[in-house]
Amino acid sequence: MNAVSANLIGKKYGKLQALSGISLEVGEGDIFGLIGPDGAGKTTLFRILATLILPDEGTASVCGFDVIKDYAKIRKVVGYMPGRFSLYQDLTVLENLTFFASVFHTTVEENYDSVKDIYQQIEPFKNRRAGALSGGMKQKLALCCALIHEPSVLFLDEPTTGVDPVSRKEFWTMLQRLKQRGISILVSTPYMDEASLCDRIALIQNGKFLKTDTPQNIIKGFDSELWSVRSDHMSKLLSDLRLNEGVSSSFAFGDAHHVTLKNGKCNSHDLSVYLDGLKHTNVCIQKIEPNVEDCFMQLSGKNIL
Amino acid sequence: MVIKYLIEKEFKQFGRNPFLSKFVFIFPFVMLSILPLAANFEVKDLNLAVIDNNHSSYSRRLVQKIAASRYFHLTGVPSSYRQALKNIEQDQSDMILEIPPSFEQDLIREKNARVMISANAVNGMKGGLGSAYLAGILAEYNAEIRQELLPSAVSSSQTGLEVSKLFRFNPLLDYKFMMVPAIMVMLITMICGFLPAFNIVSEKEAGTIEQMNVTPVSKFSLILSKLIPYWVVGFVVLTICFGVAWLFYGLWPKGSLLTIYLFASVFVLAFSGLGLIVSNYAKTLQQAMFMVFFIVITFIFMSGLYTPVDNMPQWGQYISDISPLKYFLRVMRLVYLKGSSTADLIKPFLALCTFAVVFNTWAVLSYRKSQ
Repeated sequence: MNAVSANLIGKKYGKLQALSGISLEVGEGDIFGLIGPDGAGKTTLFRILATLILPDEGTASVCGFDVIKDYAKIRKVVGYMPGRFSLYQDLTVLENLTFFASVFHTTVEENYDSVKDIYQQIEPFKNRRAGALSGGMKQKLALCCALIHEPSVLFLDEPTTGVDPVSRKEFWTMLQRLKQRGISILVSTPYMDEASLCDRIALIQNGKFLKTDTPQNIIKGFDSELWSVRSDHMSKLLSDLRLNEGVSSSFAFGDAHHVTLKNGKCNSHDLSVYLDGLKHTNVCIQKIEPNVEDCFMQLSGKNIL
Repeated sequence: MVIKYLIEKEFKQFGRNPFLSKFVFIFPFVMLSILPLAANFEVKDLNLAVIDNNHSSYSRRLVQKIAASRYFHLTGVPSSYRQALKNIEQDQSDMILEIPPSFEQDLIREKNARVMISANAVNGMKGGLGSAYLAGILAEYNAEIRQELLPSAVSSSQTGLEVSKLFRFNPLLDYKFMMVPAIMVMLITMICGFLPAFNIVSEKEAGTIEQMNVTPVSKFSLILSKLIPYWVVGFVVLTICFGVAWLFYGLWPKGSLLTIYLFASVFVLAFSGLGLIVSNYAKTLQQAMFMVFFIVITFIFMSGLYTPVDNMPQWGQYISDISPLKYFLRVMRLVYLKGSSTADLIKPFLALCTFAVVFNTWAVLSYRKSQ
């Protein structure tokens, strides 16, 4: 049985089609990543699966329970961590945890093992009010509260947004440990680099899945050669690249531009000659391996066309 | 019982809110100590300008009589009406009494003289009551003069009605005694009706309500856990109010406290429902506040707190029928001053029960719709 399965989910807000034709399967003990930009529909999908809103079309089930009919059963077995910090800021760390434990008819002592790893990191601050915690610690507390009733499925909506890089890394290490305990995790993120840490990912844009697969397969699916291009004038370089008819796509990626070329029309040598002709200095063209972000840009480009 | 933990949490948060937890108890003291003294309809110390064009012993006697009353201050003796009017414009006097030059002559010869009262009616109540008081003094003066000038006529025609006033249930016609029960109604309205609504809406704003919605806690216990703490606080405050009213004004309900508690419970149930309706429609605290202001101000003015309902035009009286405040206010005053028992108050009781049912049904329906 899949931990989560959705079949052709659609949701409209007024005229806005927030989701359409969304199907996904999260296997037991898998980390499934929803990767996409802001406004892609990730939160809407979470809210449907967490039984907060009803889908307009399609069916979905969590742990075999239907999101519409058996919503009460789902609420007992899932842990949901919304994108926004949603714990009581005027209660202390320990009070929040105790409160959520009692709401699920359990106690912190009873389920201490399930949160121990994470809780120990914030235990020194257990008498501090949640509102006075740093961003990273808030996330840890929220995760503890979502785990205190030993859920079998975790929904994490952008848990690492606004968290420093070290805490982000720690957070993903924690998720890997949870996975080892057999908890299935559906996590969304706008950070493409986190995609490779998931077992399977879905690239989502404008309410539609572009592709669902393992990160490795998605990268394998990148069907052209990728070049990294640099020169002394990066912004002029980008517009010049886009003017070249042999260039199929060109995006700014940190300190270099990632470029794909049209097969047969152009190669790296032609490109280098073209750029020299436009008086670019220190031109450096290297073949590189694509990452998930390149795949996303390629797929979203196709989607727009 | 999960609800026990929910309520415990609410109390914890309430206690931790440094402003609310103190203010809710300071509130009744301030309102009960200041408002009944300030909100007084009695008009005193009116500034009166007298234009005495007659300067006779009769006119002087009249002026002295007026000056001796506790209602009027003689602020000036202007020589002309025009000048007196200027005084009114400059807000130095509120009323003018003009005595014509032929006052004494007319009084003795014709047995009939005229004076003119002009009042500044920018403040309608002051103008109206002031001229009525002045007319009252003139009537007394009239009676005295008659006796002197026509002793025979008075003795022969003892037909004039003698009016004696008896203010039942509030012998001194003390406005404080009317205001104190009304202020208690206001306090209960704010604490039990609208604080929980604000609480729910602010949880909506903070997103915490969503976190609660994915737990197995039912909507019903969640909402009940929001209401119960404020009911408790409201009744504690009401009890404090009884004490404060007794301490400050020596006012203790003539009727039974149980009657008040019974009606307060039904009233609170009705207003909690109204608060829930607000919380269902409002997405932000700002919206909720504005809705509450609208409701409270409308209800207060239509409830008879300041102006008696019977003074309203017919359509106004119909509107006041749909203000639960009106019924509770009436009950409070009746129990406090007249000592009515529950059996005497069946009608308002049924009305309040109806409000409780209607508002809470509406709250449930609008909640379903907002999902």
